[in-house]
Amino acid sequence: MKIKHTISDNTITISLDGELDASSSVMLDEELSSPNIMKFSKILVDCKNLNYISSAGLGVFISHLQRFEDAQIKLIFFNMQEKVRNVFEILGLDLLMTIVGSYEEAVTISND
Amino acid sequence: MTNMIRVSCDRKNLKTIRNFVSDTLAPVVSSEIILNQIILAVDEICANKIIHANQEDSSQYLTLIIRHLKNELELELQDTGRAFEQAAYKEPNILECIRQGKKGGVGVALVNRIMDKVEYRAHGTTNICVLYKTLA
Repeated sequence: MKIKHTISDNTITISLDGELDASSSVMLDEELSSPNIMKFSKILVDCKNLNYISSAGLGVFISHLQRFEDAQIKLIFFNMQEKVRNVFEILGLDLLMTIVGSYEEAVTISND
Repeated sequence: MTNMIRVSCDRKNLKTIRNFVSDTLAPVVSSEIILNQIILAVDEICANKIIHANQEDSSQYLTLIIRHLKNELELELQDTGRAFEQAAYKEPNILECIRQGKKGGVGVALVNRIMDKVEYRAHGTTNICVLYKTLA
């Protein structure tokens, strides 16, 4: 799993590349646990190259979602592959998290 | 068709198991989504066995046997660690998991929703979990 960031004003875009499983999810958890992340009002997660997610990967997002909502930080996923989105759908997480098609949609919805 | 793999209880082997399931089933499962779901179900059981049942003790081993007969798939996982207590299992409330900021606890729910049947049994000191799926 490779994790890259792009920072622009109050937005951090996190690009995930690889497979998010019980082994690699620790890295993402450290990233989202960083106090620095709370400085942003928008976290956009680019899933274009995220090829796999297990419950451990979902668990990382589940465990931070309330903290981000409480701090009024928007967490938005975009460019998600269909098979990865399906894993969110199995648990109904697609209804509880914001998942959009493209970067442009993510930016638009983050400005609402 | 029967295929088998045996790996040590190290979480880095989860990727090896996923690749084995993918290589074995790609010729018989045409839907990429269904194939990913089956890989995920096996990954979840393996992660539980490696991390919780065997505490990542790399001197312990996990065996996966894949059987494919007509449109029926059976994926059997064997280990000798602590047995999963099926009777004590409760389906998680996802909203509550979010509220509490819980990291774990949704893996078995995924497996139960993906597979047609999940069976847990023991044979001597060996714990066996069999995942069943009928292919369309």
